[in-house]
Amino acid sequence: MANTQSMCTSFLGELMLGQHQLGTSTIVSRGSLTSPTTDTLKAALYLASATINAATTAYTATGEVSGTNYTAGGVTVTNATAPTSTNSSSTAGVGYWTPSASLVYTTVTLSTAFDTVLIYNSTQSNKAISVHTFSSQTITAGTLTLTMPSNTTTTALLRLATT
Amino acid sequence: MIVTTTKGDMDDSLLEHRTGEFEDDNEATVWDEYWLDGELVHRSAHIKLKKMPSFAGGETATF
Repeated sequence: MANTQSMCTSFLGELMLGQHQLGTSTIVSRGSLTSPTTDTLKAALYLASATINAATTAYTATGEVSGTNYTAGGVTVTNATAPTSTNSSSTAGVGYWTPSASLVYTTVTLSTAFDTVLIYNSTQSNKAISVHTFSSQTITAGTLTLTMPSNTTTTALLRLATT
Repeated sequence: MIVTTTKGDMDDSLLEHRTGEFEDDNEATVWDEYWLDGELVHRSAHIKLKKMPSFAGGETATF
């Protein structure tokens, strides 16, 4: 078993259904016709032995790390930047989004090797968004910081493109 | 400097400090370890993600 980095396949269809609102509130929510709201996104860590990949449709506790000061479900993703879209030609374009702050797990002890973070939408039934893998790590009475890439058309954490 | 360890807060002068780093196309990672008498008592890691997940064989989801 192993984790595989990917955008979650289910996320693509859910976008068309308007089931995710990333970034700042720009549209009227599905729950209210008058007050826009932003979904709460979370980031959960998974053991290197877990199986989290494009087929993951929602957050699961199976294979999630556990340890001192780590709360099941992970940390809240700072979701303050609205997605951006731009054309690269008359027929091609890209929409992109990146969390607006690092993911920080403070003073945790995670003794079993982990290598994956799952970004998911806790407002919308914990629907999965994307899987990100990295070199296998353990943390001992320390802090894990995941710094986000630059929010550009070529490096943003999530990018959807037409060609 | 005070370091949080499995033994409580300790002055770093009492500890052996080891660092490491790893970088590839996906990430740039550095870590700090503090050891006391051969025992790992603190380990932190800082991972900078470089790119989005590949999807359908490409770097982006395409339509």
